[in-house]
Amino acid sequence: MKDTERAAIAQRPLLRVEGVSRRYGARIGCAEVSFDLWPGEVMGIVGESGSGKTTLLNCLAGQLAPDAGRVMFDTRDRGMVDTLDMSEAERRMLGRTDWAFVHQHAQDGLRMNVSAGGNVGERLMAVGARHYGNIREQAIDWLDRVEIAEDRVDDRPSAFSGGMRQRLQIARNLVTGPRLVFMDEPTGGLDVSVQARLLDLLRGLVREMGLSAIIVTHDLAVVRLLADRLMVMKSGHVVETGLTDQVLDDPQHAYTQLLVSSVLQV
Amino acid sequence: MSAYNFAYLDEQTKRMIRRALLKGMAIPGYQVPFASREMPMPYGWGTGGVQVSAAVMVPEDCFKVIDQGADDTTNAVSIRRFFQATAGVAVTEKTAEASVIQTRHRIPERDLRQGQILVYQVPIPEPLRFLEPSEVETRKMHALEEYGLMHVKLYEDIARHGDISTSYAYPVKVEGRYVMDPSPIPKFDNPKLGMAAIQLFGAGREQRIYALPPHTDVVSLDFEDYPFQAGKADHDCDLCGAGSSYLDEVITDDAGGRMFVCSDTDFCRERREAGHVGALGVEAVA
Ligand SMILES: Nc1ncnc2c1ncn2[C@@H]1O[C@H](COP(=O)(O)OP(=O)(O)OP(=O)(O)O)[C@@H](O)[C@H]1O
Ligand SMILES: [Mg+2]
Repeated sequence: MKDTERAAIAQRPLLRVEGVSRRYGARIGCAEVSFDLWPGEVMGIVGESGSGKTTLLNCLAGQLAPDAGRVMFDTRDRGMVDTLDMSEAERRMLGRTDWAFVHQHAQDGLRMNVSAGGNVGERLMAVGARHYGNIREQAIDWLDRVEIAEDRVDDRPSAFSGGMRQRLQIARNLVTGPRLVFMDEPTGGLDVSVQARLLDLLRGLVREMGLSAIIVTHDLAVVRLLADRLMVMKSGHVVETGLTDQVLDDPQHAYTQLLVSSVLQV
Repeated sequence: MSAYNFAYLDEQTKRMIRRALLKGMAIPGYQVPFASREMPMPYGWGTGGVQVSAAVMVPEDCFKVIDQGADDTTNAVSIRRFFQATAGVAVTEKTAEASVIQTRHRIPERDLRQGQILVYQVPIPEPLRFLEPSEVETRKMHALEEYGLMHVKLYEDIARHGDISTSYAYPVKVEGRYVMDPSPIPKFDNPKLGMAAIQLFGAGREQRIYALPPHTDVVSLDFEDYPFQAGKADHDCDLCGAGSSYLDEVITDDAGGRMFVCSDTDFCRERREAGHVGALGVEAVA
């Protein structure tokens, strides 16, 4: 979709980020980051290790308090609201309804001592589902969508491979139909062949569900496949932003040129 | 006896515990932290319950202690003796006569009345502990009423056993607000939690007190398609013939002989004294 088409459908962005900064003592985590994310758009954040990607993502997702800036989200009932002004109860509610967070390490986003079905069902129960049969049916349906066989529904994730765990984490996050998904290196730490399958799956889900997402990654192949737009970070600052293909095929900033030419070890 | 303050604890400590109890009564089901004292008995022997009993006891009280329904276990006997010695209160085995009843693992069969106090010894007060080990996180969940996790536990039960297999410490929601662990009573006793007596819960090691005022609305958690069932052995008491009491299975010999008897010894004795006889019972000599 072109930006103009998208703007015609959505009157306003889903997420508006204004001047978000976060320091760790004297060290800069991220500085002065601003951008709009439109409904249905996937934004990639790339940059070398230590450039501030995770810091920024955590600030956006309400997991880390920024020192300055605003993170406005288009809520269902109150329109654009600064999530930093929300009560903790409201923010946590958002965290299990309209928002989802996929961690790099699946065990950080799963309950390892709860069955796969229970992991997927948790968000449903958290928003009031009280019919066991329906919860289980939805869990099985979602396991199927992430290519986990139905007969694994009662197994614990500790018995799953790395790739399966990551797919389970994705199912657990998407089951309540979130509008915005945050992902930090969702394919990091996986074998290359497993990565490819996961990427394929993610791309399918993003398209099918019309998800908006912010994906942090080292891997330019990931953003090439998933992201509509790209932000390139260096030392906490955004140095270049644009449509993914444009940035990757015709990088303007010297740092991005290095990044794309793979001279930099990212 | 004069070596102790009344009911062992000093007055300042009792006041501190009473304040926690009042707060607990004002917010039914909410776990109030309190500074648990060392008691002259090991944790696991009901030090939380003993401190609560000590804090509410007055010289006119008549005290009863049950352990799994029985008045005559070592644990029950030693706690009863403790308060006989330190408070000089009357003691009884009769539920109807007691004004304060300390219990481990049971609610008496006989309906408790207004004016009576039931004190529970609680080992683990936090119902969410099983799935969420972080105390900070569970406190937040209570504060924000995020109780989805409790149903995850019940979901796991059904997924694994085909049914909600939790049969003790079955979680309840109190007055539509706090999720509470009713201590390890059998779920058979859950329907009695809305009783007319005051119920006080003391966890010594975990330093928590919570309470249910008379006639509190207490609902056992469940699923629409797996509704809560109190459950009961498919049997009558072999001694007194009671058909609706909670039963213990007792092995009677090496040859696999067994019988079912009321876990509430006072209830069973009263029935036998009133002339009721079970399948393996002998008529009581009244
Ligand atoms: N908890 C922390 N305390 C102090 N400094 C931190 C902390 N977390 C991050 N930093 C610093 O902030 C900067 C940005 O770190 P961040 O983790 O956001 O980078 P990143 O781009 O996600 O890196 P990577 O690709 O390695 O995950 C780095 O200089 C890092 O050392
Ligand atoms: Mg990172």
